Parts: sequence; structure tokens; C-alpha cells
Amino acid sequence: MTFDRYARRKLLSHSIAVLTGLCVLAVLYPLASIVYEAFLQGGGVLFQAGSLTSVQPPPCSTLSCKTVGIGPAVQGTLIVVGLAAGISVPVGVLAAIFASEYRARGLGRAISFTADVLTGVPSILMGAFIYGYFVLYDPQIALSFYTGALALSALMIPIVVRTTEEALRVVPNSVREAAMALGISKWKATLRIVLVASLPGVATGVLLAVMRAAGEAAPLLFTLGYSTLWLQGLDHPGANLPLLIFLGALSGYPNLVKLAWGATLFLLILILIVNVISRFAIHRMRVRMGGA
Amino acid sequence: MNATKVKIDHLTAYYGEKPAVIDVSLEFPERAVSAIIGPSGCGKSTLIRCMNRLHETGLRTRVEGHVFLDSEDIYQLDPVRVRRRIGMVFQKPNPFVTMSIYNNVSAALRFNGRPSREETDRQVVRSLQQAALWDEVKDRVDAPAVSLSGGQQQRLCIARALTAEPEVLLMDEPCSALDPIATAKIEDLIKKLKEDYTVIIVTHNMQQAARVADYTAFMYIGKLIEFGPTEDLFERPKESLTEAYITGRFG
Amino acid sequence: MDVPTLSPSSSKPAEAPKDSPRSIPVHRWPDRLFFGLVAALGLSVIGLAAAIVAILVYGSRYSFQAFGFSFLWGTVWSPTSTPPIFGVVPFVVGTVVTSAIALLIAFPLALGSAIFLTTNAPRWLRGPAGTAVELLAAIPSVIYGLWGIYIVHPYMATTVEPALKRYLGFTGLFDGTPLGIDVFTASVVLAIMIVPTICAISRDTLAAVPQSQKEAALSLGATDWETTRVAMIPYARSGIIGGTMLGLGRALGETMAVTMLIGNIDKVPTSLLSQGQTIASLIANELLNNNGPLQESAVLEAGLILLVIALLVNVVARLLVWRVLSVGGGGAVE
Repeated sequence: MTFDRYARRKLLSHSIAVLTGLCVLAVLYPLASIVYEAFLQGGGVLFQAGSLTSVQPPPCSTLSCKTVGIGPAVQGTLIVVGLAAGISVPVGVLAAIFASEYRARGLGRAISFTADVLTGVPSILMGAFIYGYFVLYDPQIALSFYTGALALSALMIPIVVRTTEEALRVVPNSVREAAMALGISKWKATLRIVLVASLPGVATGVLLAVMRAAGEAAPLLFTLGYSTLWLQGLDHPGANLPLLIFLGALSGYPNLVKLAWGATLFLLILILIVNVISRFAIHRMRVRMGGA
Repeated sequence: MNATKVKIDHLTAYYGEKPAVIDVSLEFPERAVSAIIGPSGCGKSTLIRCMNRLHETGLRTRVEGHVFLDSEDIYQLDPVRVRRRIGMVFQKPNPFVTMSIYNNVSAALRFNGRPSREETDRQVVRSLQQAALWDEVKDRVDAPAVSLSGGQQQRLCIARALTAEPEVLLMDEPCSALDPIATAKIEDLIKKLKEDYTVIIVTHNMQQAARVADYTAFMYIGKLIEFGPTEDLFERPKESLTEAYITGRFG
Repeated sequence: MDVPTLSPSSSKPAEAPKDSPRSIPVHRWPDRLFFGLVAALGLSVIGLAAAIVAILVYGSRYSFQAFGFSFLWGTVWSPTSTPPIFGVVPFVVGTVVTSAIALLIAFPLALGSAIFLTTNAPRWLRGPAGTAVELLAAIPSVIYGLWGIYIVHPYMATTVEPALKRYLGFTGLFDGTPLGIDVFTASVVLAIMIVPTICAISRDTLAAVPQSQKEAALSLGATDWETTRVAMIPYARSGIIGGTMLGLGRALGETMAVTMLIGNIDKVPTSLLSQGQTIASLIANELLNNNGPLQESAVLEAGLILLVIALLVNVVARLLVWRVLSVGGGGAVE
């Protein structure tokens, strides 16, 4: 038997190495392009004075158009995401504690599976179903910070549940046994000891859920809606970054498109910072747990 | 003593900064079984992994010195070519888990294009016969490889290695995961294989070396202490360290 | 569910359950209260899932009463005719076509990248490249849409689509004016969005292939590619398929970028250069229209159909991915 096709085999292997390397370049090119354009088009907007303190300017096409004013959008996003986190973090963490720390095998697994499946629900349906509920009462109240927060919570809860569960799973049983040996009540043991031990993982999960919610436009289309003004009231629609980008992009007016790029740059920087922090936290958690 | 098939020349192998094999020089005769014995950590596994250039695939590993196959320095050749000529059987049987017995044995053939079904069949039967496994699996060659017992899987791995028609067969503690009956079968197999192949076997069981090997090398903490015909090494060891190991004063 | 109770005076806890994590035993009323709280919140997660389904079903009632099952094969969506006619086929076609094309483009790129990152890439590159891929996954859909409109679409309209029309026009897939805002562009950007999902999971499953399998191939004199082909990909097959299906699930539900790039015409697209609409973009565009409760109900019914499709795909995908990663001994999937 001969292996005289050896040269061809080597050539194939090398060609595939090159081809797959090109795949990586092709995959990463959009990242480079998006970041580049964001800095190019949005840098001027974001780093201008008054960018974060002004209101969105009216659309216009002349050269003298103002391109500052993502302030209300930042404020709106902070408020609606903050509200959503206020709901989804306690609910998600405690639900995960139930699924993980209490001996209810079938139910715990059902919750876990449901949360996992919920992470795959299109985010627009989160907005649609909240709208569908409130519109039964009054289409007016359907557009407010309250409903926006509810829609984002529906998005965030499954993520918080899953990541908290994973973080709790990593906590070694010796920690629980030590807590047991102290003779304290279970709720104290769980919260003060077990949860604290899993805190980096939980915090990372919460951060990821928050960043996801901050960028989502679809759930807000029918709930928070959009406004160009500073906060009018939690029962009113409000400005927010994702819809600023959406509407700005579609408007076609150059100054609003530039504003959209500014908001894009803002979000990208935020996402980058959060990613770096969460990577760092996970690394430290692994080191602390002894290289799990 | 037969002509030299594999010659190790001042070989030193590192994991990071730590040398696991220190300045070893050795000549393995062709068509014979040579065993490498020594206590845990003496570097015997590292040594044979240098012979088919698997050692260098690890993290931060380094090799100094030479290994010659029939007077060709294998570190000057393409590793792919080297590994075809020097096959290996591992400590824990590692058949390809998603494949059938047939596909495992014929794997090496498929690297080179697809020979005809008849040709592949012929090779598969021949390899399985050489590995003394044919009779046990001839009516179920399409069964998953993982459905075999441990001893059978190991013989499957031997058959798989033989299909590539190597000149040298390296065996890294091939029986340590197996029961005595399976071990005995493989030891018989090794004694037959030396008619066609040069076999180099690492074993932590010196009685096994005494049973199957024509030549034995004793290593201790990375260094080669003694090498010679098995009978001589066991009955008239030249080094006191060898004698101490053989008489069980340390393990 | 029963939990072991502890009398206050005993010092040894009742035999702790043997499942993991070990459960700390419960006693006294603050514990029972806490238990009630976490149980209620745990159940609320299931309640959330039920609520989504229930509200969408309830919201669809007018449409279902008006059209019954003919909604599922109706090809006309006309809110303004008298009487208004609604059928979901244009949007199912839009969803399926954009997702299918996206998958066709994304899968080879993602698998190729995953292979490179686990085999040929120099070790110092693997971490940063993997991080970059995960950053891609974190970019919001609207940003892809903005980039799509102002960077991708002009390039499509002036260069790519005319070229496709010239060389592949014989297939009939590229009829119509290359405007750059159409099913094709939406599919391409969608592909870019789902590549990170498929790549990350494929990379994890390929990295989880045991060294012993790879060494088995190497020891037979296999080249790098042959080792990948024979030892790694078959082993990681379920995980790769699962990751691809998760990517598909994401593509089916993607809204913002698609809405901004597909052209928003409520008709079955006849060519890749036609404008079209997916179920998700339909909802985004028309849920708030004031064309009466019937249209609103029809849109919600379309949403219900999207939910069913997306859930099916996601459930199957997660079953595949869970199984492979837990058996293979890989780390947690994030």
C-alpha cells in the first residue's frame, strides 16, 4: 500500500488552514467595520460638549444642523433598565435559588428548562405580549416606563435565572456543609453564605442581562415608545438609546443619523467595558474556586 | 543482535523548564521486542512519545538531541510521515468513538483517498487477524467500536495501527487498563508481531518485560541506567540501581 | 415537595439528600417564609412563560374567529380592503427564506472559524479572537441595522447585487431592481449576526474533544485537517448541530436589523431582490397601526405562530447542546 498522495494531503491540510483563517477574518471584519464607523461618525457627536446634556434636535438637512443631544435617551435607558433590573434581579436570583438550593427535583428542573427556553423567545414578542395585556385596558397606559420595564424584565428574568443557577452550581458543597454546621437558619445560610460565595458569577450574569436590555429596541416599540424630551413621568413614553438609533437611522436626516451613530458609540463602549469586567470577574471567580 | 532500527542519540525532552528525559542514548534492534521499564515518573512514556513526535504537540514542550529511524533523523522529516512509519498504541484504548469496528480499523486507509471496497475489506481482515481479533468480531464489524470490551478495544487499536503498515510499533503501557486474561492475549500477540514489526513497549510491570521482551532498558528519573538482552538485565544486572529495582527494593 | 425538618435541640442534621448541590435543611418560620417566597418566584418563571402564550392566544381571538385555519395558508395581507383579509404566508416565507439564507452563509463561516480557533490558530490568538467573537454576539440588533443601512446597503446596491444579477441571474433568483434594501441584504446581515452564536458553541464542543481521540488520529499519520475531520468533527457533531439550531432560532426572531433592511412589503417575495417582510418585522411595523382590532389581532396571531416556531427550534437545539456539553465534560455555556 502506498501513501504517495502524501503531497496532496499536506496541501489540502494547509489550504484548509488558510481557508479557515480567512473565515475568522471574514467573521471579525464586521466588528472592525462597525467599531470604525461608530468612532468615525459618532465620535464627533459623542465627544462634543453638550452631547449628554442636550435634547435631541429637530431633523434637518442643512450644514448648520445640531448633532448633539442623546441626553434624554441615556436618561431614559438608565431609568427603564434600572426599573427592569429592580424587578428581574430579585425575581431571577430568588427563583434560581429555589431551583438550585431546595430539594424539589422535578419542579426545579422545570423552572430551569423553562428559563432556558424563554431565553430563546424573540424579544419582540416580550414587547408584544405586554402591550397585548395593557391595551385591553387602555392603549394610553400601554406606552409608559412601567410597561417598558415589564417588557425588559420579561427579557432579563430568564437570563438572570440561568446565570445565577450556573454560578450557584459552581459553589462547592463544602460551603453548604460549613453553613449547616453553623446551625443558622436556612435562609440566612443561603443568602449570607452560599449566595455570597457565588457573587461574582451572579453579578456577571446580572451585568450581561442589563447590557442586553439596554440595547434592545424591539420590546420597547410598543411599551416605552419614544420621546425626544427629558423624563415627563414614569407613566409617559420616554426617550431611549435603542429607539433613538432605530428612528434616527430610518429618518434619513443627516443630523439624526449622526446622532444615531453617537448613541451607537455610547452603547458599544458600554458593552466593551461590561464584557471586560465580566471576563475579569469570571477569571477571578475561577481562581478563587481553585481553578474549576 | 539484529541491525538497529531506531537509534536515540543524546535525547533530552522538556516539559517547560523541567527535563523528563535526560541525555538518553539507546539503540533498538529491528524485528525484536524491546521493553522500557522503570518506576513512575522515570520518563519512559515521554521517551517513546518522542519517537513518534507526539511529545512536541504538548504545551511548552521541547526536544534536544536526535532520533534516527534507519539512519534518517526523524526530527528533520515531516511529522506526518514519521507517524505513519512509527505507529502507537496508547495506555487507555482510544478507538474513534463515533465509528464502527470496520471504520476504525480502516481509518488510516481513508487518509489516502478511497481504495475500493474489496481492497479495504482485505486490509481490514488482515489487520484484525494480525491483532488476533478477527474471530471475535468477524460477524459484527459494523458494530460500534465502543461496544467491545476493554481488551478487545485495545486489540482493535492495535489492528488500526497495523493498517497503516508501520515499521515500528510503540506501545505505551498497553495492558495497564486491562484484566489478566486480556493482558495475556495481548502479550501473545506482541510475541507474534515481532516477526514483522519492531516493537517497543513501555511497561511498569517488569514481569511483563521478562515475559515478552527480547531487550530491556531500565530508566530512572529521566536517565537511562542500563540496556541489554532481557535475560542479562534481570539475572546479571550491571548497575546496582537496576538490581535494586528488580529485586523490588523500590517501585 | 418535602424537606427534612430539624428539631431545635438536635445537633445532627437529618440525613442530607444525596443529590447535588446538597440541600441545607429547613427549620422555623422565617425559613418557611423564605421558602414560600422563593417557591412563588420560581413558579412565576413558569407563570411568565404561560402568560406569554396565554396573552398571545387571547389577543388572536378576533383573527381566529374571522379566518380560522385559513390564516395559515392565506397569501394576502390587506388591511385596507373591505372586508380586510389577513393571511400569514408572506411572512412565514419571508422568515423562512431570510433565516435559511442566513444559515447557509453563516454555517460554513462559523464552523470554519471554530475549526481554526481550536486547531491551527497560534495559542496566543485563541483567547482574544474568541473574545472578539463574543463581542460580536453582544452588539444590539439596531446597531447592525444602522450599519446595514449606511454601510452594507450602498455596497450591495452598487456592487454586489448587480454582479449577482449579471452572473447568477439565469437562476431567476435575482430578478428585479437591485435596490440594496431587500430580502438578500437582510439575509446577509442576519448571517453576520448569527455567526457568533454558531461559532462560540462549535468552538466549545470542538475544544471539548478529548486529547486521546486526537492523538489516536495523529498516531496514524494524519494531517491536521484529517485529524479534525476524523477525530474532532464527528465527536462534536451534536454540539455543532445544536449550536447551528440555536443560531437558526435567533435568526427566526430577529427583528430590528431585518425591519430596517428588508423593505417592508407585505407580499410573498418572488426573488431575492424583492422587498419582503418577516413575522418579526411585521409585528414591529404594524402592531401599533390604527387599522382596527382585527388587524391588531391578526398581527398577534402571527406573533403566536412565530413563538411556536422559535420555541420548537430552541427546545431541540438546547437538548442537543446540553447533552453534548455535559457528557463531554465541557464548561458552562454562557
